Amino acid sequence: MAAQLISFIYNEIRLEWRNRYTVNGIILYLVSTVFICYLSFSVRANQLNPITWNVIFWLIILFSSINAVAKSFIQETEGSFLYLYYTHSPQVIILGRIIYNSLLMLSLSLVGFGAYALVLGNPVEDIWVYLLVVVLGSVGLSFSMTMVSAIASKARNSNTLMAILSFPVVLPILLMVIKISKNAINGVERLASVDDFMVLLAINALIAAASYLLFPYLWRS
Amino acid sequence: MRKSWWKILTVFLLIYVITGGLLFEVPRLHILNETIRALYFHVPMWFGMIILLGISVFYAVKYLRTSNQEFDLRAIEFANVGVIFGILGVLTGMLWAQFAWGEWWSGDPKQNASAIGLLIYFAYFILRGSLEDVNQKARISAVYNVFAFAALIPLLFILPRMTDSLHPGNGGNPGFNAYDLDSRLRMTFYPAVIAWTLLGVWIASVRVRIRRLFINQEI
Repeated sequence: MAAQLISFIYNEIRLEWRNRYTVNGIILYLVSTVFICYLSFSVRANQLNPITWNVIFWLIILFSSINAVAKSFIQETEGSFLYLYYTHSPQVIILGRIIYNSLLMLSLSLVGFGAYALVLGNPVEDIWVYLLVVVLGSVGLSFSMTMVSAIASKARNSNTLMAILSFPVVLPILLMVIKISKNAINGVERLASVDDFMVLLAINALIAAASYLLFPYLWRS
Repeated sequence: MRKSWWKILTVFLLIYVITGGLLFEVPRLHILNETIRALYFHVPMWFGMIILLGISVFYAVKYLRTSNQEFDLRAIEFANVGVIFGILGVLTGMLWAQFAWGEWWSGDPKQNASAIGLLIYFAYFILRGSLEDVNQKARISAVYNVFAFAALIPLLFILPRMTDSLHPGNGGNPGFNAYDLDSRLRMTFYPAVIAWTLLGVWIASVRVRIRRLFINQEI
């Protein structure tokens, strides 16, 4: 199964590389949103209140993750669906998509963080903890979004459904992430955030396990 | 559950809880005063909601295993009644908060979490509404039902405990255990939880039967 998984992820990446415009589109979406925020606040670097800075960053990541992950199941054509259905087991597909989306979101949010810190300034004191939160947060977002996009892809108005189904499910992750990243901005002692990190990891694990168990039922229909 | 003894028990318990809850002696406490009686009406709503939603998830899992339409009916109706309990819980809580905290909505972590929890289940109903095929509707909403319940658990049981809350028992506020020296509250509280939950089960089972009639009529 591990070999199947690796070849599945490798194929996904190759497929993505062949039509680069989708990923480029999402990166452009991310960078333009950052720029819109910069212009609408019309701030010079480091003048934004750190709490606002943090919340806006996570909102940008949330919306670009919806766009990035939604395409994994929603924009699937009939042909590729049938191909996957007959050639792969559902476990391989959900795990492969989860891992692939996590890699995608990880690179997107790191690019986003770079662009954001460049134009809007960087008030973070403990940069390593913040980056760790970015990693765990974007992985967690793509965990839950992957499953939700699989659910939403079955319905007619799937883009609206994607938003309303995922927001409440994602909120616990988002709240934890904003809390820890606020600590990192203020440079709070690292030990103080360990418990919160554990809770974030536990939520991610819970959602990944639920997706793994439930996806086969979804795939069959 | 076709027997009637538990329905009679529900009626008697509810009469006991409502009269007792309004008339029995309660501890005299600063700030809370008589609003402590909300314990008999507000708190059982949350117990009822969690139990009813838990039953709904149980039937959703059963549906996924067997594809029997009957279990889907039960899952949706228990979720319906569970959400109504949740709405009543928020409303009774707001009424109490208006006296105890001075505001209808104070952005307390538990208030926010319960609002998000209701949003999750509203999304569940929208998802059901937007699917056409009966089997697909049942299967996909069962999947979301289990997924949503998994997301609800950290929201209701873990996150509010990690921040300070205005609720009794959190953030340095003494819980009811500390007030309740002579167990007077408990004598009404435990029956209240049982009575309200049984009422929810009763409503849900009646609604399941109504649905079953509609389905039989169509065939």
